[in-house]
Amino acid sequence: MKQPLTLKINGENRLLLVEPFYSLLDCLRDEARLTGSKKGCDEGDCGACTVLLDGKPVTSCLVLAHSAHDAEITTIEGLADVDGLSPVQKAFVEHGGLQCGFCIPGLIMSATGFLQANPEPTEEDVRFAIGGNLCRCTGYNRVVEAIMAAAAEMRESA
Amino acid sequence: MARFDYLEPHSLDEALRLLAEGGDNTRLVAGSTDFLVRWRTGVWRPDSVVCMQHVPGLDYITWNPDDGLSIGALATVQDIEQSDEVRNRYPALAAGATAFAGVQVRNLATVAGNICNASPAGDTLPALLAYNAQCRIVGTGGERWLPLDEVFVGPGRTALESGEILTEIRLPAPAENTGGLYIKHSPRGAMDISAVGVASVVSLNADGACASARIALGAVAPTPVRAYGAEGRLVSQTLDAANIAEAGRLAAQSCSPIADVRSGADYRREMVRVLTERTLSHAVATAGNPPSYDDIRRLAVQTAW
Repeated sequence: MKQPLTLKINGENRLLLVEPFYSLLDCLRDEARLTGSKKGCDEGDCGACTVLLDGKPVTSCLVLAHSAHDAEITTIEGLADVDGLSPVQKAFVEHGGLQCGFCIPGLIMSATGFLQANPEPTEEDVRFAIGGNLCRCTGYNRVVEAIMAAAAEMRESA
Repeated sequence: MARFDYLEPHSLDEALRLLAEGGDNTRLVAGSTDFLVRWRTGVWRPDSVVCMQHVPGLDYITWNPDDGLSIGALATVQDIEQSDEVRNRYPALAAGATAFAGVQVRNLATVAGNICNASPAGDTLPALLAYNAQCRIVGTGGERWLPLDEVFVGPGRTALESGEILTEIRLPAPAENTGGLYIKHSPRGAMDISAVGVASVVSLNADGACASARIALGAVAPTPVRAYGAEGRLVSQTLDAANIAEAGRLAAQSCSPIADVRSGADYRREMVRVLTERTLSHAVATAGNPPSYDDIRRLAVQTAW
C-alpha cells in the first residue's frame, strides 16, 4: 500500500504517496512527476537516473525511496534558476555535449556533483568521474570538453 | 510483482529485533545496490526489508596503531576510496574501491554489504582478505569475531546466521615495510564485473626478505580465496623475479575458475598467474613507500583491450 513520504526535492518539501518498494527514481518520475531523471537500465549500470543525494551523485534506481526522507535531493530540474541554466548545463549547450540526449541529465548531475567536490580536475579525473554514465551515442569527447570548460568557468566566477 | 514492507530501525538493537521478528522472510540492506536489482529480477522476494541507513554511528572509518583500520557497517566504498588512511596504509584496498562500479554506486554501496553479498567477484573482497580482515558479527545473543575467509561459504552465502548483522570490519595495522596492490581485469574499465581480480600484500624484513605474503583471488572460485600455497612459497625468500614467477604459477594452480560470459576458465587461470606476478612485483617495489592515488587508480583496472 502506498504510504505518505515527505521528500525534499530541489529545495522544496513534497508530500507524496509512495509504495514501500519504490525506487527513488520511480518515485521521482511517477509520483513527483519529475521525468528529467531517465530510466535506462534500472540496474545501476547506465547512470541515466543519476541525482544528487546530499550533494553526492547516486543512481536513483538503486535507492529505496522511503530511505531518502532525510536527504536533500537534487534532480536535473533543480539546476537552472531565475538567472538561467547552471554553468554545467550552459557548457554542455555551448560545447555540443550531446547527441540523442537521453544520458545527458545523468551526465550533468554526475558532473555537477563532481565539480562541487573537485573544482580543479584533470581530464583524467573527469573521465573517471563519469565512468558510471553510459552514452549509447558514444559522444564522450564533447561531454568531457564541456565539463572541463564548466570547471574553468566556475573557478573564474567563484 | 512481489511486494515488500519497508522497515527503518534507528538503533542496532531495533534492527536486531526487527530481523528476529521477521525471520528468514526479512532482508537486511545497507546501500540497497544489490538488493533492488535482485528483487526486480525475482531472485530475492522478502516480505520486508530492514534498511540500516538510519542507524546512527556506523559510518566511521578510523585508524590507530593498536586496532588498525576499523570500518563501520555503513561506511561506503566511496568513503574508503577517498580515505587518506586507506590510500597510504592499505593501497590494495584503495585500488579495490577505485575499481568498484562507478561513483554513483560507490556513494551508496557499503564495504559490509559487499562482504554480505558474498559475490566471488566483489571488488573490495580480495584486498580485505589480503589485509587479514576480521568481522564483528552481532546477534541478539551477543557478538563474535570471525576472520573474513571464514565468512565466505559459497557464492552469495556467508557464515552469518539468521538474525545476525555484520557491524564492523577491522584490518590489523600493516607491518612497517608493507606494500600492496589489487588489479581488476575486466572487458570494460568502468561499471563491469571482474573477470579476474588479484590482491597481493607483502611485508619485507630489514634485509629485504619476505616476512609475510598474502595473496587473494577474486572471480576464480566459488568465493574470494587466499592462495595459501603461493604465499607459503614466498615467506623468508628474496622476492626476486624467479620466486614471484613461481608464486604466480602456484596461485594459478590453486584456483578453480568457471567459464562464463566474461572469460573462459583457462584464460582466467592464466590471468591469475599474470596478475599475481604484477601485484606482487608492485607490492615489493612500493613496500614502505605507498604509491600516489593517481598511480593506484591507473593500475587498479586493467582491461582486456
